[in-house]
Amino acid sequence: MNLETLPLQFRDFIVGLFPTALQWLVHHVLTLTVILTVFGLFFAFTTIAERKLLARVQNRLGPNRAGLPWFRKLKLWGITQPFADAIKAITKEDIVPAAADKALHFLAPVLIVAFSLLGFAVLPFGRNLIPVELDAALLYFFAAGSATELAIFMAGWGSRNKYSLLSAMRALAQLISYELPLILSVVPVVMVCGTLSTKAIAVAQGGWTFGLLPHWHVFTPWGFAAFIIFLIATLAESNRSPFDLPEAESELIAGHLTEYSGFKYALFFMAEYFGLTALSGLGVTLFLGGWQAPCEFLQFIPSYLWFMIKLAGMIVFFIWVRGTLLRLRIDQLTRLSWKFLVPLALLNLGNGAFWALTTEWSGPLVLARWAISAAIVVVPFVLLGRCLTAGQAPRTYRYAA
Amino acid sequence: MIIALIIIALLILGAASAAMLSRNLIHSALLLVGAWAGIAAFYLWAGAEFVAFAQGLVYVGAVSMVVLFAVLLTRQGATRAPVEYDSIKRAVFAFIVAGGVAGILIGAIMGSPLEGRLPSPTPSVSVLQLGLLLMGPYAPALLIVGVLLTVALLGAIVIAAVDKPEDAP
Repeated sequence: MNLETLPLQFRDFIVGLFPTALQWLVHHVLTLTVILTVFGLFFAFTTIAERKLLARVQNRLGPNRAGLPWFRKLKLWGITQPFADAIKAITKEDIVPAAADKALHFLAPVLIVAFSLLGFAVLPFGRNLIPVELDAALLYFFAAGSATELAIFMAGWGSRNKYSLLSAMRALAQLISYELPLILSVVPVVMVCGTLSTKAIAVAQGGWTFGLLPHWHVFTPWGFAAFIIFLIATLAESNRSPFDLPEAESELIAGHLTEYSGFKYALFFMAEYFGLTALSGLGVTLFLGGWQAPCEFLQFIPSYLWFMIKLAGMIVFFIWVRGTLLRLRIDQLTRLSWKFLVPLALLNLGNGAFWALTTEWSGPLVLARWAISAAIVVVPFVLLGRCLTAGQAPRTYRYAA
Repeated sequence: MIIALIIIALLILGAASAAMLSRNLIHSALLLVGAWAGIAAFYLWAGAEFVAFAQGLVYVGAVSMVVLFAVLLTRQGATRAPVEYDSIKRAVFAFIVAGGVAGILIGAIMGSPLEGRLPSPTPSVSVLQLGLLLMGPYAPALLIVGVLLTVALLGAIVIAAVDKPEDAP
């Protein structure tokens, strides 16, 4: 019994039950079913984890009442809450505005969920677990993700509501602004690894120094900078606090989702969480070593479990950020992207090129390589930060007398 | 294989003709995006993975946004107004330009060698080879396109960023 290849053995066993002519179809349907089930459940438990953790951050208890049907005594700390929520969302009335563009109003939530699921196809979940092995996997990932913008536009325009349209435009401005740093932060990884394939990038981060220090990209100067830029851009791309202005419940009544109700509204949130999970998975693959174990002696834990542990860690980090930081204003948001993140990401691109060109340096030159690479990141960060906040920081607060 | 090609072709043609016939500009733009996605599917069918994903990223993701923003910013009055030509001269010029473009396209299609062979299911040129080609023999073309796009971007900023004194806060 080898834990590492257990999922593959299970798949081959199921596929083997069918006639040869149907096997390719069963193979693909099985892959799809597993992805939908695993990440559907992951989504459900992300929502309850988010509500519980946010509640703890805000000194509340969070949802703790939902139990199991027929077992009234068993409360299970309320972790069955997402299923109750799902039943509630399905049974709610679906209101479509009379003047709405019915077709687009219906298509928007369907398309946004479909596009946000496409990204999972190229993530290497384990040493041998990758749904589709593509040569240009990273390009595919971003091509699939960029189509969600269309769905947001459809939602805003199809609702036939001025405020929906305006906030859809705001959402698009944000998504387009942050797509640039997101993609630019990924390019150094492609340069250093010399490939667009997610599988090869995960393999390239294998190996340990002294069996303890992993060779992940996040532990290099360029990789660390790229990872931070990637994290910020991921927050903005998935409309998470502190970049949640497109929805801003307290100010905009959910922006482009104002005219949605019931299950369609839930679908938008589902797509948001799927997008966050897929981008986190990409971050794990590109910077946190993918399915590689952090230490050599920890390799007995199967690779797919390491991937899921890292993924869950990323999600918890995002929830923590949501509980900590305040929402930005739209001008602060775009300024952060265009004046700070994009120039730093461009410089980091040069940093990645430097790292890729100096792979032969050895001995004391290795120290010089690390020092130069760190300087390329840190010096512009400090200078740019000083310039941009000149005259604006420290912030002063004035209260009504 | 050939059935898939026929389905893709019908989808592209259907989306494009519906885009042409629709009186609603937003619907036209979205159907046009559908046609572009169909072209990406065709590239995928032909085994050109890289080109297909680039088509998806650039056209479905980026150019579609430019088109939609342009439609929203220029839309004046009712969208269902009948479209009439301004003058005979304009109509004639429109036909000449459209006919010229069609002639060039048809000439290019007729001039290219079309052998009746199906593409291989796996791409024969890897992304690495494509990158080396783009950085080697085709580097000037890439640079020219880059300069052109930068000039267009700067031009757009110059046109858009007219600071009138009364605009200042």
